[in-house]
Amino acid sequence: MTASDLASGATPVRIAVTDERISIAGDLSVEAVSRIDRTALLRDGRGAAVLDITQVHRLDASGAWLLVELERRLSTAQRQVDLLGYSDAQGQLLETVRRNLPTEAPKKKPEPGLTDRLEALGRGTAGAVQVAIALTGFLGQVIAALVAALLRPSRLRLTSVVHHMQEVGWKAIPIVALMAFLIGVVLAFQGAAQLRQFGAEVFVVDLIAISVLRELGILLTAIIVAGRSGSAFTAAIGSMKMREEIDAMRTLGLDPVVVLVVPRVLALILMLPVLGFIADISGLIGGAIMSWIELGVSPAVFRTRLVANTDGWHFGVGMIKAPFFALIIGIIGCYEGMMVEGHAESLGRLTSLSVVLSIFMVIVADAMFSIFFAVVGV
Amino acid sequence: MTATDMAPDQPVIRVRGLVKRFGDHAVHDGVNLDVMRGEVIGIVGGSGTGKSVLLRQIVGLLKPDAGTIEVLGQSVRDTPEAQYRRLRRRWGVMFQDGALFSSLTVRQNVEAPMREQMDLAEDLRVTLAALKVRMVGLPDDAQHKYPAELSGGMRKRAGFARAIALDPEIVFLDEPTAGLDPIGAAAFDTLIRQLQAALGLTVFLVTHDLDSLYAICDRVAVLADARVLAVGTLADMQQVDHPWVREYFNGPRARAAAATASARPTEPAEEP
Repeated sequence: MTASDLASGATPVRIAVTDERISIAGDLSVEAVSRIDRTALLRDGRGAAVLDITQVHRLDASGAWLLVELERRLSTAQRQVDLLGYSDAQGQLLETVRRNLPTEAPKKKPEPGLTDRLEALGRGTAGAVQVAIALTGFLGQVIAALVAALLRPSRLRLTSVVHHMQEVGWKAIPIVALMAFLIGVVLAFQGAAQLRQFGAEVFVVDLIAISVLRELGILLTAIIVAGRSGSAFTAAIGSMKMREEIDAMRTLGLDPVVVLVVPRVLALILMLPVLGFIADISGLIGGAIMSWIELGVSPAVFRTRLVANTDGWHFGVGMIKAPFFALIIGIIGCYEGMMVEGHAESLGRLTSLSVVLSIFMVIVADAMFSIFFAVVGV
Repeated sequence: MTATDMAPDQPVIRVRGLVKRFGDHAVHDGVNLDVMRGEVIGIVGGSGTGKSVLLRQIVGLLKPDAGTIEVLGQSVRDTPEAQYRRLRRRWGVMFQDGALFSSLTVRQNVEAPMREQMDLAEDLRVTLAALKVRMVGLPDDAQHKYPAELSGGMRKRAGFARAIALDPEIVFLDEPTAGLDPIGAAAFDTLIRQLQAALGLTVFLVTHDLDSLYAICDRVAVLADARVLAVGTLADMQQVDHPWVREYFNGPRARAAAATASARPTEPAEEP
């Protein structure tokens, strides 16, 4: 007897096949069933007339299934196999199993063909278009609610707005500042290596200033905020949706867009430019420190060159983009939260979808802004 | 004969001197309880008396502060990991709303314990899972549905199917009929009783439902004042002199449940 048999107190199952009799002894449990070679048993037992289970001690539903299956498969039109030697309780179990015997093994799904794949592609495209339409509708709804709230400030939930400003803005300052600082360091370091070859070290100031102020500062801030706050919006609104809090709100005459979405979106629109500004400053500081260490460009030179050579529009371009990015992140985060259904899996799926979609849309918007600014010439 | 091949009168669950505190609040302070093989024991008690906490400690989800818990003759806490895993396979738990994995279909849910704990060939696993799904009275087309597509009653049945997936000896049921309509609840009671008889299960039933108690429980344990106040048949409960017990078992709802149970010809009636 092995250790595992000892632990479960099981007696190993023994099967003897003689002429017309299959005798089974021991514990016919799910473990035993998993070890029995059913094909061999069906082959050897062909022609058996009696299935004797007098010596079976413990019989569970899986064991009973095996017996019923043997009885069924070994019986032929001419001769019925007799199942013998069961106790009353075992008989009851066998009867229960016999009544609930699953129908033939379920068919495997056929491999998807070309038409199936085309259909899936079509459905995917139609679905994406529908999401785009729904998102646009939601955007309109939120903007209408936002404007209404701004026209009648008494309806604005100020406490909620301030709370979310703290959550998405104040608490994000350390991570945003550190990230931008490191980006400044990296730019100075990489730029220095290239520019030194031309003896044009001092241009590293322009490189850092333009790339941080115009693009990287705000873009990376938006990406961090999308990961940090966009996902939090989806998760918070989604779990409220799951617990029917949103429905409860509607029955109380509260508009979830006004109560939940507007404060979040407004807080983001107010805070993202601030975070972008902090990122700009911090990126410049990082770049300045690295230029000093690596290239010997002193902070004074850095500042003079920054002020003299950098057009204020670079900063302006970055800042103009901030509220739009905020709107994208806020709208997508809240929309996906509203789409959560009654089960946990959809919450997780939509939270990650919301982050991916908002980062993607932020980058798309950034590209469109680049084209726009190139056309208008700033 | 082995250590766990116990005499039939040995309890399968044995709880002694169990103490559990959350902060300063003692939920259990010296709980003793024996559950016998093949019985249906109902655990009752007011809200917050720690019925579910007791269940969670017995199945090892919560660690007691003091006391011993033995299931099938083995300690739940001080057993080596490998042995505990084998022990755990001999019981099944059904949580309140089924606690089905929402990303799996019903049949995959029932297959999950087989897949994780046993080495079964795939066709055998599928067939046995389908058998369990049918045994709990779910229609065949429910097998391929996701939990979110099922009604509350069907989710509970599917949870029950998962609990008996490995043919356990003990089944723990946490509020199996809560949130069901009376017809669904009565049907679920019948199902528990039928499968209990057919599979020879020991059933540990945490419930609020008086109808369930009267319909299917052999014995009742009352949790109150942080201990097991009384254990016995429903008839014994009439003799207990404690305000909560008196109110619970002599209230209008209890009388109605008792009347229904004794009117049912197939169920063993408890005469008050």
